Amino acid sequence: MTSAIHVVGEVLATKRAGAYRHLTIAAPGIPERFRAGNFVAVSVGDDLLARRPLWIHRVKETGAYGPTLDVVVQPRGPGSTRLAELPVGARLPVTGPLGRPFALPREPVSCVLVGEGYAAAPLFPLAARLRERGCPVTLVLAADDEAHLLSALEARRSARSVSVVTRDGSVGARGDVTSQVDAVLERADADVVYAAGPTATLAAVAAAAERRGAWSQVALETPMACGTGLCQGCPVPVVAEDGVTRRVRACVDGPVIRGDRVHWGELG
Amino acid sequence: MSPAVPWGRVMVASGCGGTGRELAPYADLEGLDFVTRSITLDPRAGGPSPRVAETPSGLVHAVGHQNPGLEHFLATELPWLVRAGARVHVSIVGGAIGEYAELARRLSRAPGVAGLEVNLGATDQAGEGLFEVREPYHAASVVAAVRREFPADRPVLAKLRPDLSRAVEGARAVHDAGASAVVLGDAVPAALPDGRPAGLSGPAITPVALRCVHEVVARLPEVAVVGGGGVDGPATARAFLAAGAVAVQVGAALLHDPTTVARIRADLEAQDPHDHSGRTDR
Repeated sequence: MTSAIHVVGEVLATKRAGAYRHLTIAAPGIPERFRAGNFVAVSVGDDLLARRPLWIHRVKETGAYGPTLDVVVQPRGPGSTRLAELPVGARLPVTGPLGRPFALPREPVSCVLVGEGYAAAPLFPLAARLRERGCPVTLVLAADDEAHLLSALEARRSARSVSVVTRDGSVGARGDVTSQVDAVLERADADVVYAAGPTATLAAVAAAAERRGAWSQVALETPMACGTGLCQGCPVPVVAEDGVTRRVRACVDGPVIRGDRVHWGELG
Repeated sequence: MSPAVPWGRVMVASGCGGTGRELAPYADLEGLDFVTRSITLDPRAGGPSPRVAETPSGLVHAVGHQNPGLEHFLATELPWLVRAGARVHVSIVGGAIGEYAELARRLSRAPGVAGLEVNLGATDQAGEGLFEVREPYHAASVVAAVRREFPADRPVLAKLRPDLSRAVEGARAVHDAGASAVVLGDAVPAALPDGRPAGLSGPAITPVALRCVHEVVARLPEVAVVGGGGVDGPATARAFLAAGAVAVQVGAALLHDPTTVARIRADLEAQDPHDHSGRTDR
């Protein structure tokens, strides 16, 4: 388990990208411990008690600040809206890196990564790690429309093949990514499948991997109150090795979990 | 002057410190009074999602006392906490007085249990199949049964809801039944947005809990009161202590900032260097 820390970070840069806001945050000690699939929990104000979990999209060197983190915010509720409006220089309490990261294959096997919306964020550093290990990476980026698509251009740095699917066809192929997963896995001759996105997409990708006999890992998008494992507010029903269903915590027992272990029907 | 108690002035509230392992990166557990999540005899899967909702300065929660049951707790969670140096107060909850008594009996023999906290304030006792505390004498019966099974030299805390209309009566009843202290208080009964029964915690309930503490301290000076409800920093902790509480419990604030308990402890120690706030056994 990664050892997390709690620091007051600082927003170093903000950038609008379609419907999202990318924040670059200095949070000393957190980027150094980061592994792909980790997230951070941030506080957006003393009146909003729940933490906001954010996938770490990238860790990069930013001059004088040392390594920094990039996160992607989709303004939806009061907390994420406040986050998206943070100015450069704002102070932000950050806890991280949190959660179990993606497990990496030991051999250079064929990996398919399927991500939808802003939740595809953790797949970018994952693709880079996989490429370092010599794994051929096929990345599928999906979204409702172009505004909700993370940068395919950036993804091409690490992935051998990048394809884009949008529901409205505004960019890439038109349609629902879940209906195309089987064909993608077939073409890539996938051994390992990673997915990040809404629950329905994760379930569909896990099922497709199962049909192929591929090993899958999914990054759950479960609402969390604390993100640190303290409150048991993010239960995930999983089938353990002994065949018994247990409720584990998405934040510390996940958020990356084997796709074939999740009891998708019971996941709220 | 408040009654002296054999534990520190800052405690981790039940259900807000995980198993201890999750809190350890943010707080030194050595000598820290740690109240576990409520343990039942058998494992409980807990309630459905969503379990937590945010309200202004509060969290509404219905976890449903998810816990691995006493045996698993004794085998894995308790030894870890003891090894980490925490002073472990095991919170217990049950479906009948007999279950509380059985929990107390078995925990009395478990190495490293500093004390018990009897959970009497759960906000959906009927819905969860827990023993219903409708009247103070119900609470007193549970405390008496627990006290009979647990050594007299170790503390038994009784945690009640911060319900002003019942606080004094409830505190007197559990005190007379042998409780070492009364904890005021638990979450305030509330509902999730979809209507399911839940509890409200956080700074939203601080003034309510503070009133209960004031009232009980004023009316029952012989009763040790532990204050809790939205304790989110040294100022709130001091408000409870100034009201006459012998200690405070830090709960929901840990979900917002897991370093809260360490900060409050450090602040109180700096203010009074002779008080080690539970760092040494007194």
